[in-house]
Amino acid sequence: MELKSSHLEIPLIGSPFDLRLSLSERIGETDIRSAMDSGEWGFVHSFQTGSGVDGPGVRIAAWLSSCQFRCVFCHNPDTWKLTNGMPVPLSRAVEVVAQYRHSLRTMKGGLTISGGEPLIQHRFVLKLSAAVQKLGVHTAIETNGYFGERLSDDDLASIDLVMLGLKAITPELHHEITGMDHKPVHKFARRLAARKRPVWIRFVIVPGFTDDMDEVGRMADFAAELGNVERVEVLPFHQLGRYKWEKLGMDYKLRDAEPPSQEKIDQVLARFRAAGLNVV
Amino acid sequence: MRWFLQQNYAPYDGDDSFLASATERTKRIWKKLTDMFVEERKKGVLDVSLIPSSITAHAPGYIDKENEVTVGLQTDAPLKRAIMPNGGWRMVLSSLKTYGYEAPQSVVDAFTKYRKTHNDGVFDAYTADIRACRSSHILTGLPDAYGRGRIIGDYRRVALYGVAGLIKEKEREKAALDAEMSTESIIRDREELSEQIRALKELQEMAKNYGFDISGPARNAKEAVQWLYFAYLAAVKEQNGAAMSLGRTSTFLDIYFERDLKEGTLTESQAQEIIDDFVIKLRIVRFLRTPEYDELFAGDPTWVTESIAGMGDDGRPLVTKTSFRFLHTLYNLGPAPEPNLTIWYSPRLPDNFRRFAAKIAIDTSALQFESDSLMRGAWGDDGAIACCVSPMVVGKQMQFFGARANLAKCLLYAINGGRDEITGEQVGPKVEPVKGDYLDFEDVAGKFERMMGWLAGVYVNAMNVIHYMHDKYSYERIEMALHDYAPVRTMAFGIAGLSVVADSLSAIRYARVKVIRDESGVVVDYQTEGDFPKFGNNDNRVDQLAATVVSMFMNKLRKHPTYRNAIHTQSVLTITSNVVYGKNTGHTPDGRRKGEPFAPGANPMHGRDSHGIMASAASVSKIPYRDAQDGISLTATMVPMGLGRTSGEQLENLVGLLDAFFGTTGYHANVNVLNREMLLDAMEHPEKYPALTIRVSGYAVNFVRLTREQQMDVINRTFHGMA
Repeated sequence: MELKSSHLEIPLIGSPFDLRLSLSERIGETDIRSAMDSGEWGFVHSFQTGSGVDGPGVRIAAWLSSCQFRCVFCHNPDTWKLTNGMPVPLSRAVEVVAQYRHSLRTMKGGLTISGGEPLIQHRFVLKLSAAVQKLGVHTAIETNGYFGERLSDDDLASIDLVMLGLKAITPELHHEITGMDHKPVHKFARRLAARKRPVWIRFVIVPGFTDDMDEVGRMADFAAELGNVERVEVLPFHQLGRYKWEKLGMDYKLRDAEPPSQEKIDQVLARFRAAGLNVV
Repeated sequence: MRWFLQQNYAPYDGDDSFLASATERTKRIWKKLTDMFVEERKKGVLDVSLIPSSITAHAPGYIDKENEVTVGLQTDAPLKRAIMPNGGWRMVLSSLKTYGYEAPQSVVDAFTKYRKTHNDGVFDAYTADIRACRSSHILTGLPDAYGRGRIIGDYRRVALYGVAGLIKEKEREKAALDAEMSTESIIRDREELSEQIRALKELQEMAKNYGFDISGPARNAKEAVQWLYFAYLAAVKEQNGAAMSLGRTSTFLDIYFERDLKEGTLTESQAQEIIDDFVIKLRIVRFLRTPEYDELFAGDPTWVTESIAGMGDDGRPLVTKTSFRFLHTLYNLGPAPEPNLTIWYSPRLPDNFRRFAAKIAIDTSALQFESDSLMRGAWGDDGAIACCVSPMVVGKQMQFFGARANLAKCLLYAINGGRDEITGEQVGPKVEPVKGDYLDFEDVAGKFERMMGWLAGVYVNAMNVIHYMHDKYSYERIEMALHDYAPVRTMAFGIAGLSVVADSLSAIRYARVKVIRDESGVVVDYQTEGDFPKFGNNDNRVDQLAATVVSMFMNKLRKHPTYRNAIHTQSVLTITSNVVYGKNTGHTPDGRRKGEPFAPGANPMHGRDSHGIMASAASVSKIPYRDAQDGISLTATMVPMGLGRTSGEQLENLVGLLDAFFGTTGYHANVNVLNREMLLDAMEHPEKYPALTIRVSGYAVNFVRLTREQQMDVINRTFHGMA
């Protein structure tokens, strides 16, 4: 592997709300491919300690770079590109989490690997999860589910919780929002249900896209039918990511969109609740 | 006292459902005062009494005589401030001038012709070095012109023993000294004991004027609170100390409450009413101060710190129902900065109590938390916090308070061979400045260590003078009367700018720092090439630099003898003076610009702790308590939405964070749960947020009473969980 050991000296960097670009631009394609194949290196956009909103308890959240979705409402579009992340050796990532393992237990938290889409780097994710799980740390991934088939049933054991981001139920709408097909996502959701793996669902209310109550209703019923959904998190769309779209010079369809009203949020929450789901 | 407490108190591990809300009477009294606060905020001070204050100088005062449960005011009217010239005449004069008052000629004569003050004494004995350090602000906030404070009388003793019993004990202590040869220190002790006895007699007289005979012990809860409050009141009538803390009273008082409740002579509502009324009194303690003082210690603080909870040495939590009642005042009366309610936190405290405290912290941002295990390990289980983070054993220990040294400026002196980076003057010793265009770590670190050695010497020197004179001219008679004879004395030094120093040293070591000199050869700016590890990210490369600087400076202080053989201690605490320290410090090698505020206390610099609250707290926790026994302050500001999705989860997660922090070596956490937007709005529309309370480095302030500069400093601090 060509990646220099000097990278070990680079501290893992900060908040997901900072724009990060070209952190590993100089790394060659062969190296990237070998990192992806071995899972010995991961490309990490940023990580945070002390998050109370990325799974149960107080957690460390790590956001990996690269995503195959192009969600219109994405608040971190700089995580789409793999090379906007920083190359981090697996051993270093494990070491960072290990430092906090006692505190994480005390806080009933753990590690959440998010992104970007973490399963693009599924080997790194699995190795990291397995290693920290062995240290007694609860593990979760937050995924769009598209590459769910990359995880074998055995692999799933090293992930204590899957937080599945369901963007839309209606196939056309899913495609319109993400640019990708919904089928692999739903297939993964059903497989997790069949395996009785704990799942939290995350659903974003996007004005003009997913705030239609028919769509919400279908989503709620789909989630309820699965039977393994412990919790649904309804997240109102926000504009914290607008500056990133602007800085990246990208066309942001939701530039002028307003966050949903409290009334709308309550309506959506009520619909999920009516389906018998635990929703926050 | 401790024995009485341990034998009689009833630990409570239930929840808050027993608590009673404020009575109509309480609400009426509080409303009356709240209306007066509006007027006070407009005018700066509501009114001033021109009678030099003492325990008995003022006639009894009332808020609403018929309806008060506990009585006693500092002067003859609520919020009317007293002058206390013994600390320093100049401060009195300047504050009077600020608010448009003039002192009567007789008072002017008394303190300019006939009587010397603490402030006069100090300047008679200051050295040229000390004066230079004071003017250049490398030493700032020294209590040489105002009361030193941070002495906690054991006010509980008045309730437990009655004043007559205390006088007897002091007379016995004094008589015992008759056998000693009259050396300087024995003469001083005898004189002090005589003053203490005199003060106790005045306390008795003051209570009598209010219609109470407090010579005997208190017989019930209402009396216990009244007796204790009279004792505290006597202290704040006589001393305008920088911090006038209350001690650790709630669990002591609970013994009386429990007995009355059991006997059926008191209902829960009456019990809460007594505490509410007591807390109202503590909220209206006022001192007359100058604008310069306010710049250092913003928001008119009095640090009526009350220490709550903690564990006993026998493993029982010191949590009682009255601990809950004290906290409950923040709901009954609304949030307020005073009294400075401080939880001695341990993960072993009862679940219900930890949850209740976390809930109050989220709802009001008016609590601070400090490590029970660290403080108890060092000082025992009957300690209390004076001011923000300074622990001491109640009635058995006192401290000589000493503001702080600006270590960031000291680093710049090291680079410039003792010359001030702003004025160019030679303040420190004339030594070799750095040479060449780039800073070399070994070179700078060596020079810095030597410069710290010089600064420590000047600092101890100044403190010895200050406290000698304070004892002589402004002795805390009543507070010391409520101490054992010959208490443990600590001399509490302090440092400011720790994270600036750590990051600067890290920049010099891990990046390349080029110096820029002015025409006189003084390094005035730096260009940093490359990145470097920053304090607050749980990165040992820089965190160890911070820890080493703390220990190193402590060891330099220890080399010099102290007045009255006080034990050297040190704090990493700035209160709000981080703004002033920053204002007086030039560009620093970490990239901080001239005049920009330091981070408060031991906090990482604003925005540089980019890995979240656990990493930030972990860095601060590496500062060794053994070399900072006067406390290490961390202010954490969290956004409610980042703490959890529901209010229940926010509460559980905050308890988890506190358990984890104090389960390791975390010392102190000021917890703010606030939205940045709300603070910005409060700056524009203060009238909408009259009671908005936030925690800043060891104490709480009313946000709308801060200057704009201080408000911006608060807003620029790191908010964790910006989601």
